[in-house]
Amino acid sequence: MNCTDFLAKLTDYFDGQIIDAELLAEVKEHLGTCHHCEVVVDTTRKTIDVYRGHQPYEFPEELSERLRAAVMTRCKASVSK
Amino acid sequence: MAVQTQSTTEDLTDLPPEIAATLQAEPPHPDLELVERAKAGDTSAFEQLVRQYDRQIFRTAQHITQNREDAEDITQDVFFKAFQKLDQFQGNSKFSTWLVRIAVNESLMRLRKRKTSKTVSMDQDVQTDEGSIPRDFAEWRPNPEQNYSQSELAEILRKTIAGLPPGFRTVFTLRDIENLSTEETAEALGLSVPAVKSRLLRARLQLRERLSRYFRKTKEGSK
Repeated sequence: MNCTDFLAKLTDYFDGQIIDAELLAEVKEHLGTCHHCEVVVDTTRKTIDVYRGHQPYEFPEELSERLRAAVMTRCKASVSK
Repeated sequence: MAVQTQSTTEDLTDLPPEIAATLQAEPPHPDLELVERAKAGDTSAFEQLVRQYDRQIFRTAQHITQNREDAEDITQDVFFKAFQKLDQFQGNSKFSTWLVRIAVNESLMRLRKRKTSKTVSMDQDVQTDEGSIPRDFAEWRPNPEQNYSQSELAEILRKTIAGLPPGFRTVFTLRDIENLSTEETAEALGLSVPAVKSRLLRARLQLRERLSRYFRKTKEGSK
């Protein structure tokens, strides 16, 4: 397996969706011998983790309450028409 | 029947396979009961659904539109449309996936109206090879985000994801931030599973490449 083949399997590898044991062994073998791909896997995992762990957009309770109140006012008004 | 529903998995091994499979099937999602109550006119049940998913819908809309005011309007519109179209929800997918699909459509429509983005379709952006081949092989610091304040980090993350084409950042948002499965993401976006996987790979690699300039190890080992 070369780097291009490895890259094609990267999404499935991350998502634990490589069922074929032989293919999984090939992927792991490549990962164990290719420093570039090892770095790509490590830093891609960190990319996902940092976005999961640090939401860049705030959604304060005050905003949630305001939006919910507005939605429910519209919904109730549409029912009473 | 009451005894059967309380059976343990061990007990089920004595039953015919088709009956055991039925009993082992997942229980209905709790949202379904709320949806049914809302369909019957119980607005408090619908309000509970709004409470559960407003954050997810708002964040999805803001990630796609990159605009807070648009995200607020879209969040309201999504729930109002959902309320009006509740009868069309048949329970074949999760209620949250159905909501996300409405949110994605509303967000893309908003982008088209704004016309500030060159590409506003899920079907575009796929021809580019940018970011699909890694170029940066620098290692990152062990906890790279710790070198930045919360506000600095938020700015970096916003700026970085804003640079992705809408089709890519939408897939990344749903799959990796909002934690939808690949199948749910495909359903919400009206894409095939292979198309989601392809966009997800490119989105992840492009973000990785762009974040690397902030998070890579330096010779001095500092920020």
